[in-house]
Amino acid sequence: MHVEEIMKKEVVILKPGATIANALDLLEKHRIRHIIIVDDVNQVIGIVSDRDVRDASPSTFIKDADNSELQNEIQTIMSHPVITIHPMDFVEEIASIFYDKEIACLPVVRNNRLVGVVTEKDMLYTLIQLTGTHVQSSLIEVKVPDRPGILPEVTAIFGKRKTNIASVLVYPYKNDLDYKVLVFRIQTMNPMPIIQDLRNAGYELLWPNDGLGLT
Amino acid sequence: MRNNSAFVFSNDYLTYHFHKDHPFNHKRVQLAKELLELSGALTKQDIIPARMATDEELALFHDYDYIDAVKRAGRGGLNEKAGQEYGLGTEDTPIFKNMHEASSFLVGGTLTAVDEVISGNKDHVLNLGGGLHHGFERKASGFCIYNDSAVAIKYIREKYKLRVLYIDTDAHHGDGVQWAFYDDPNVCTFSIHETGRYLFPGTGNVNERGIKEGHGYSFNLPIDAFTQDESFLHVYETAVREIAAFFKPDVIVTQNGADAHCFDPLTHLCGTMAIYDRIPFVAHELAHEYCNGKWIAIGGGGYDMWRVVPRAWAQIWNVMKHGKPAAGAIPVQWIEKWQNESPVRLPANWHDSEEAIPEIPRKAEISEKNEQLLKSLLKYTKPIR
Repeated sequence: MHVEEIMKKEVVILKPGATIANALDLLEKHRIRHIIIVDDVNQVIGIVSDRDVRDASPSTFIKDADNSELQNEIQTIMSHPVITIHPMDFVEEIASIFYDKEIACLPVVRNNRLVGVVTEKDMLYTLIQLTGTHVQSSLIEVKVPDRPGILPEVTAIFGKRKTNIASVLVYPYKNDLDYKVLVFRIQTMNPMPIIQDLRNAGYELLWPNDGLGLT
Repeated sequence: MRNNSAFVFSNDYLTYHFHKDHPFNHKRVQLAKELLELSGALTKQDIIPARMATDEELALFHDYDYIDAVKRAGRGGLNEKAGQEYGLGTEDTPIFKNMHEASSFLVGGTLTAVDEVISGNKDHVLNLGGGLHHGFERKASGFCIYNDSAVAIKYIREKYKLRVLYIDTDAHHGDGVQWAFYDDPNVCTFSIHETGRYLFPGTGNVNERGIKEGHGYSFNLPIDAFTQDESFLHVYETAVREIAAFFKPDVIVTQNGADAHCFDPLTHLCGTMAIYDRIPFVAHELAHEYCNGKWIAIGGGGYDMWRVVPRAWAQIWNVMKHGKPAAGAIPVQWIEKWQNESPVRLPANWHDSEEAIPEIPRKAEISEKNEQLLKSLLKYTKPIR
């Protein structure tokens, strides 16, 4: 899945000469955590987080504080250079950027111009879609030998019953390299016939089980 | 407590029939009714005939496009592709002859129950034909075509403006009803069910709390697979009493799916008949405490149609009409009449014997986890400021 499929195209931006007060307003108004700073031709030159802005604001503990700090230019507190991504990057790749760099917002840049933004939240939403938990479904876990051709063998059983698969995940089976776990979310309230078919075909099911030895 | 009650029924309920191998079989309603008749708890004077819901009534919740598609499907006039958009013709909700009429009777039965209760004719009314909580505005799903509960609650809101507490004890999340009133502060929904981690439909997390005006009026208790009576009843009773105290409803609608029993083939909860004694008992108490008795009870899921559902559903009526659940032996005539047709041995008693109850090694862990869930839920039953 490409970044352009999950990015937000309406991006909240500020010019470098805007004030910290402007940034505070925007963060509050849009209920967001990051503002991207662009120049006159929409090139990304910095980014500020809600924490940067709060650190630069007077403490709420000080009564009658002089609020002159809020009139400082945003470019005095922005982070730069900025890590950016491309619309054709993969979602998996940006997940590792979030993880490695410990950041939560990535501007998307094409031909040196800002075209979108992806946040950690957008990324998690995509993950929810991938796990299939957003559609009505039942879950089945099958333990299978790790060999070529096993996936179509198992999925053929669902196909024969005309049961739609909402998602498939493939996990390693504990530390045993000879096995994999296939997790299916299928769009039916009655998985019984499929479960019977899988058992008849000799597959071991981790779910459902009898509750005696939950893994 | 006065127990002025009625039982809604029509033979037309039996026409809600997908095909002979489908797990949803409304013969369950007949089995429960005959069990009550043969045990002397239900007489002709108690029964009110169900009517068919009108299109206008269905449209209180459903789209006219969808109603039209159901009508066409029932007459063989809907092709596979067109059906897909509406969830019609799937493995879960296959098309059957006159499905619109059959489904409308179930909704009409629940509306009859509503009218009897709200008009004051009766305090409590039971419609075992209803409880089809997975029906959506324009989509059939999970064995449900029309969502009688959603239609009936919209009907209560439009016609009588009363505040409704909907309690759903089916082992599956009552998603159709929850989403129907997700933004409505006058309808509070509470569903206890097996966690959606494995089980259809997958939703019903404790953090699903409603949106906009309705935020704070949706409650969920997604208990662990293999939960047994003790933990089920503890978390359920605590939650439902707190929620009723928080919301103070004018009328209570209970959906009584009977699929949380350890015999049920579709779910993984591990209850016994004991929970089906308590569920109606608590609903009855709450209806008298908050609603001047106004209580509408409807059926729902339940896929062990021989051993579990007839007994569980009969107990709702026993509590409603006679103030307490039945105990002891099941009438022999009932067993004799149905044993030949049943693939399993019919139960001899109203309650399960010890042998029926499986040993669950993770019991302590499951109970502890459910307790944590209850705590999360209870954080939300404090008044909102």
